[in-house]
Amino acid sequence: MLLTITGLGLGAMYFLVASGLSLIYGLMGVLNFAHGAFITVGAYLAWWFGEQIGGGAGTRLVVGGAFGIAGGALLAALVELSLIRPLYRRPIEQVLVTVGLALALGALVQGIWGADPKPFPVPSWMIDTTTILGANVPNDRFLEIGVAALVLLGLTAFLRYTRFGLVIRAGVENRAMVSALGIDVRRAFTIVFALGGALAALAGVLSGVYFGVVDPTRGTSLLIFAFIVVVIGGFGSIGGSAIAAVAVGLIQQYANYYASSGTGDLAVVLLLAVVLLVRPSGLSPKVAH
Amino acid sequence: MRRVLQLGVPTTVLVVLALVPKLSLDIPVVFNGPLSSPGTLQLLALCLLFAGIALTYDVLFGFTGLLSFGHALFVAAGVYVFAIALTRWEWNLWQTLGMVVLVAVLLPLVLGAVSLRVGGIAFAMVTLAFAQAGQVLVQKNPYGWTGGEEGTGLNYDHIPDAFVGVLNTKNLYWLALAYAVLVFVVVRLAVNSSAGHVWRAVRENEPRVPVLGLNPYPFKVIAFVVAGFLAVLGGIVWVLLIGGATPEVTTANFTLALLVMVVLGGSGTRFGAMIGGFLYTLLDQRLGSLSGSSDVQSLPSILRVPLSEPLFILGTLFILLVFFVPGGLASLPRRLRGVRSRRPPLPEEAAA
Amino acid sequence: MTPALSVGDLHVHLGESHVLQGISFDVPSGGVTALLGRNGVGKTTTLRALMGLVPRSRGAIVLAGDDVTRLPTHAVVRRGVGYVPEDRDVFAGLTVEENLRLAERTPAPRYELVHDLFPELRERAGQRAGTLSGGQQQMVAIARALLNENSLLLVDEPTKGLAPLLVTEVAAALERAAELSTILLVEQNLRVVQRVARDVVVLDAGRVVHAGPAEELLADPDHVRRLLGVHGAATVEEGRPGA
Repeated sequence: MLLTITGLGLGAMYFLVASGLSLIYGLMGVLNFAHGAFITVGAYLAWWFGEQIGGGAGTRLVVGGAFGIAGGALLAALVELSLIRPLYRRPIEQVLVTVGLALALGALVQGIWGADPKPFPVPSWMIDTTTILGANVPNDRFLEIGVAALVLLGLTAFLRYTRFGLVIRAGVENRAMVSALGIDVRRAFTIVFALGGALAALAGVLSGVYFGVVDPTRGTSLLIFAFIVVVIGGFGSIGGSAIAAVAVGLIQQYANYYASSGTGDLAVVLLLAVVLLVRPSGLSPKVAH
Repeated sequence: MRRVLQLGVPTTVLVVLALVPKLSLDIPVVFNGPLSSPGTLQLLALCLLFAGIALTYDVLFGFTGLLSFGHALFVAAGVYVFAIALTRWEWNLWQTLGMVVLVAVLLPLVLGAVSLRVGGIAFAMVTLAFAQAGQVLVQKNPYGWTGGEEGTGLNYDHIPDAFVGVLNTKNLYWLALAYAVLVFVVVRLAVNSSAGHVWRAVRENEPRVPVLGLNPYPFKVIAFVVAGFLAVLGGIVWVLLIGGATPEVTTANFTLALLVMVVLGGSGTRFGAMIGGFLYTLLDQRLGSLSGSSDVQSLPSILRVPLSEPLFILGTLFILLVFFVPGGLASLPRRLRGVRSRRPPLPEEAAA
Repeated sequence: MTPALSVGDLHVHLGESHVLQGISFDVPSGGVTALLGRNGVGKTTTLRALMGLVPRSRGAIVLAGDDVTRLPTHAVVRRGVGYVPEDRDVFAGLTVEENLRLAERTPAPRYELVHDLFPELRERAGQRAGTLSGGQQQMVAIARALLNENSLLLVDEPTKGLAPLLVTEVAAALERAAELSTILLVEQNLRVVQRVARDVVVLDAGRVVHAGPAEELLADPDHVRRLLGVHGAATVEEGRPGA
């Protein structure tokens, strides 16, 4: 039971990162390596702002978290406008730019705040555990799962019921046809990218709660698993990401526990290889580009 | 005239490079001591090594159009197998080399056969995942062989004396140079072979290859094996240069650095990858010490902080490069001549 | 009167291939101009170039007097251009109703007109477009272009792969549409061209080889055969009274 909830908690964070990546790739065709940097920056901004305003852990977490998320969204929007948009129609260069950005931002964060982990504000009730079915589950897991579930519902509703969501859904299928209907897809790109940044930052904040600390490598380690989730779940599919995230989180936890530490990660890699060999487009229907 | 330049310049460069350990030349700022000093030779050897390794990556990325994110795994395999066999298993040199060669053939063959069954992004992700698996394996430190976070030192018992000791750094330098030359020659031969022509066809327009009556899959695997084999050998040189095995060769950052090197120099060109590998390594090493210098430390913090991190400078330079010089440094002569550059075709992101 | 569309010396390169080698033609306002030619001569590329979906190496595109050559696709469309692509390109994951809603651009979309022409679309409003038949998807594609008041419609092979009954339906829809907008129609089916087109422009190997009234060309099967091949001529002969 503890493993399941912890696995779900981990999966929740993977989902948040993966959903942004999935939409960005599905709609824009950009494989965003800088996404890991958004995670790290979001976490650090939250931590830093929390330190500035002081107060109890709860206040620092919520207010700092909001600041971190806003910061992540803003950073992503700026990146899209200045670096990604000018390279429209040059997909390889777009990927290369995100690689350069990932290196540069990662180094910048490390330069400003140092390589040592910083303690993250975690309200005491989250550190406490609740007993469910005989297992002692740390309460923060529920926060992560709850937030991810809310985001899942929110995103699905957004995609289904708003005009913007309609544009995104169509754009993931066929970007050119959307502009052939008179819609400026570039605005959608910026907004989706910013949304991805916000989600990544949120994942960063939650990971601060989960691990109790923030460090400069957080983004990269989450990113690799998020990539795996995106590929397994299928690009452009929120539902696919959710299912894959849950699967990956659970497999990782169970394997790490029952086999030895690290086996979970290997198992996930194996899962990816198997899925790809059997169904190269992932769990969801094929996305045309 | 062009022919003379084409053959003459590289040959001259090669001769100069071979003579470096004999030169007591001081190049301030760039190097921390005269060229023939062990410290500088060590640095130059590292640069040459990466010139070679970058070229092995270019076989995949620049010549065949395969975006692999797991190339670091091959270098790491060479590093760890060599170090472990000598140090933990206490084999002799020939047994160790034999083992490394075996791995150098089998590992890329197996991994390539599996990952190349998919293309484009899926392929990139699988290679990334495999590299990640490698990293995890090293961290787990099975039987205490890899030494986990700390890596493992090198047992020098069976290593020829020529490569042991600070005074023999020049021999390591020449070894690195020999490696770079070896990679260059093998890659040239491979790229100009009939297999190499298929690689080019795969890069330009893969769907058309079957129409020509060829199955791209075995050719891609061959490219993978050639690149992987050479990269594993590079791992041996790395261990000798560094004096041990450390997990930094298993990180994603390492592969990304290879990508940066290749693009920096100009992918798919004769010397681009090597120039990129050489320069990147030089910058990475030297910027690190420069940033610790008093000149930089005395700058206001808004400048000092970014400039103290070599990766920040490199990342930013890379971004600027992608924007303004997409063909890499190798395309500069063309640009300076004012010719409208037809940039080297970059691999298509084929949908899976 | 200003032509609805004026193309001047348009060149398009796709990869190594010089697909359009300097085509120039006018589309007079009102009525249908048919763009004809054998397979692969560049008809679809012409429409895509007009839409800005492929990069144009050289040349000018003038829409009702305004130069739109440098404009991105969505800006061209905003000037009142509707596009019905060759492969329909309806969004399979969206419902019929969503496909139409996405196409809405003007404050008063003409749903009545669209539902009048294609009553099936009203019935199948909630159905996912990917599950529609080819003919039904074609209706969605045409409906999308008709929803807004467009001064120019670019229509690419609307009857391709359709059963004869549907071909007639599409031709009727085109006639209705022609009352409201100028149409540039790429079509291989000369019967349809005969029915709806006022003028024709014929392409061959990326160049314009003939331009003039439709009736004139279609009355001359030999000329048709020379320009369009045997198949085209046969259709024309069939359609002639007394043949």
